[in-house]
Amino acid sequence: MSVNVTTRSADGITLVRLDGEITSNSAPGVQDRILPLAGDTGRLLIDFTGVPYVSSAGLRMLLLLYRRAQAADAKIVLVGLSEEVRFVMSATGFLDFFEIGDDAETAMGGVRP
Amino acid sequence: MTAERIDSFPTRQIDGYRVSHGRPFPYGAHVVPGGVTFSVFSDRATSMTLVLFERGADKPMEELRFPPEYRIGSVFAMTVFGLDPENLEYGFRADGPYDPAKGDRFDAAGILTDPHARLLSGRDTWGVPPDWSNPYQYRAVIALEDFDWEDDAPLGTPTEELVIYETHVRGFTRHPSSGVSAPGTYAGLREKIPYLRELGVNCVELMPIFEFDEFDNSRVNPGTGERLYNYWGYNTIGFLAPKAGYAATGRYGMQADEFKALVKDLHKAGIEVILDVVFNHTAEGNEQGPTISFKGLDNATYYMLTPEGYYYNFSGTGNTVNCNHPVVRDFVLACLRYWVSEYHVDGFRFDLAAILDRGPDGSPLPNPPLLEQLAYDPILRHSKLIAEAWDAGGLYQVGHFPNYGRWAEWNGKYRDVVRRFVKGDEGTVGELAARIVGSPDLYGGRGPTASVNFITAHDGFTLNDLVSYNDKRNDANGEGNADGANDNNSWNCGAEGPTDDPEVNALRTRQMKNALAILLTSQGVPMLLAGDEVGRTQLGNNNTYCQDNELSWFDWDLVTANAELLRFAQSMIAFRRDHPILREARHPLGVDSAGVGLPDVSWHGVRPWEPDWSPGSRLLAVMRCGRDASGGRDHVYVAMNSHWEGHDLELPELSGGAVWRVFADTADPGGTAERRVGGRRHHIGPRSVVILTGSTA
Repeated sequence: MSVNVTTRSADGITLVRLDGEITSNSAPGVQDRILPLAGDTGRLLIDFTGVPYVSSAGLRMLLLLYRRAQAADAKIVLVGLSEEVRFVMSATGFLDFFEIGDDAETAMGGVRP
Repeated sequence: MTAERIDSFPTRQIDGYRVSHGRPFPYGAHVVPGGVTFSVFSDRATSMTLVLFERGADKPMEELRFPPEYRIGSVFAMTVFGLDPENLEYGFRADGPYDPAKGDRFDAAGILTDPHARLLSGRDTWGVPPDWSNPYQYRAVIALEDFDWEDDAPLGTPTEELVIYETHVRGFTRHPSSGVSAPGTYAGLREKIPYLRELGVNCVELMPIFEFDEFDNSRVNPGTGERLYNYWGYNTIGFLAPKAGYAATGRYGMQADEFKALVKDLHKAGIEVILDVVFNHTAEGNEQGPTISFKGLDNATYYMLTPEGYYYNFSGTGNTVNCNHPVVRDFVLACLRYWVSEYHVDGFRFDLAAILDRGPDGSPLPNPPLLEQLAYDPILRHSKLIAEAWDAGGLYQVGHFPNYGRWAEWNGKYRDVVRRFVKGDEGTVGELAARIVGSPDLYGGRGPTASVNFITAHDGFTLNDLVSYNDKRNDANGEGNADGANDNNSWNCGAEGPTDDPEVNALRTRQMKNALAILLTSQGVPMLLAGDEVGRTQLGNNNTYCQDNELSWFDWDLVTANAELLRFAQSMIAFRRDHPILREARHPLGVDSAGVGLPDVSWHGVRPWEPDWSPGSRLLAVMRCGRDASGGRDHVYVAMNSHWEGHDLELPELSGGAVWRVFADTADPGGTAERRVGGRRHHIGPRSVVILTGSTA
């Protein structure tokens, strides 16, 4: 099970769309794709609309991403989280670290100067 | 910098699995580069097999026998490469002699849980009936332990400043009235932190959160026919695993993260976390009980056995952990260190702790090595260690638990005498005096912080039931009302159980306030039972260990229904915080130790300086004098009247123009509005407590 990762950039914002379950199997691949982006962009939007499930290892990958972005002074915004994923992140405290947006288009619009 | 380790390569294959020598320490299963290393102790096993499951599968995907070369001493250790730790469950088969008379109960047919498992699956969601046909019920899972604690650490609140709040993770928010997003869970409790802050407590003591099986109770409620649970959880299966069924995310195996998030946020709110831990016995029962882990791995090491190979039962639950055996000592120590370093918990309350000073043959040791080791351990050095200083084998050590200057005790004598005084018993005033200043008769060399003062705890009546029932009502537990304590020192105030008699209800409220007022002005460490601040009732059941229902759950509607009682509790906790003389870490001496012109403690009756110590006395006033937080003079006068008549009190004279003000009068339903006392006389109503403060301001 791998996750499909598509990216596009505009106005210093990078949008990453993920499709598939993020588990210990797929997380390393996703991480390899996104980690480099966390450093070279002012703002990274990750669209979870196509992600039904994020496992414990997946959440750890996200937090690692957050720490890397923080070190590079970049911002990470998570959008399109399913109710379940959002609930799991909230119950485990992971949500506290992230900025959350409703959907990609709004979030993109919201951060444009 | 990031060179690969030269031991991160397999050295042989077993059944297509690439393996190598494992790391014997630490025990358990740990992710290492390229794989997972497994380590388990068994002194008497002749061989050991690692059993691997895909997550949730009935049948193992592989069984790998530890090659003889992978055994070092009595430890079997092997690294298996290419495993997906998140999708894996594991256990062991231990082969060896079956000879119970000699203490050996090996049976390679069973799959054993790793005693060092840091996560367990199998009871992932509370109350979901298990599939008993599954040969492996409590499944060891590999924990990803990293967590972003930021700068969190155990708080290190001085013991004398603690106000402990004893609660049950599920019971606290399971009631539909709780309004939290995940009722009955760690996450639910986390949402209630603002309530705890408003209440003013700075420490929560959680009833057992180590993995247990809520289905290990086979009784039914005779009234309703419903099955009963093991709701309290004093029957541990995984000593390093937080209970998954208490996590909203347990079905995803994220209970560790959820519990850590709770601890982290409690700490942010200035609230410490003490765990109620049960090291005196395990869930394996006696020779008729299930074999889960210890019994099959090394029965004779882990349990106290009679010379005939039966189980000593000092715990009253079938078996007794052999906790002063060197190997078991290491196990207990490893568990506690883990909870402090990995989960940042602030301390422990040890269930039936008197067992922890028994030797392998059950006799109490003069210098029990386990207790000494815990007292001096570097990781545990600042952890609170609290003993329930008795056991079910008749060992009662309140006041003389081997303490090494470190251990505190649940002061059962405090509970008993305060209850008796409040209900109006004769002959209690003398002992009451000792108890409310930190029991110097019991803890003379140790100080008041050795005394955890409580009137109610999970075990026994709630505060409301203490003033509403003369007798326990435990029929719903399915044991013919034979379970639970009979000696409750309770008084129903004139009617048994709920009543609409306004006089009885008013008296009950007053009696609850009297108890809270005495508890929160006593020296020592006060402990409240969750819900007592809002008058929670268990309808007279004093042993709700099996009741996962409204008998046990915190009913949040009481927060508004009994708002007056809650306000009183809040104001008493704040009063304690504002008056350091109530929580001095040293016993008072009865002399002017603070240079304020009056002794640190003095005793009074209807007339000042004339306490009535006679057996028939039902009135005692104590005056505490010393310094407040800013160094100014502070005086607190607490008059306790358990007589059914009121009395006119003549108050002690204060020096330097200070005057008395009323802080609280439990006979005044209006509550706690401060007002000045005119002159030196004050009336105390029947069965009530009056608290005055003296200051010049």
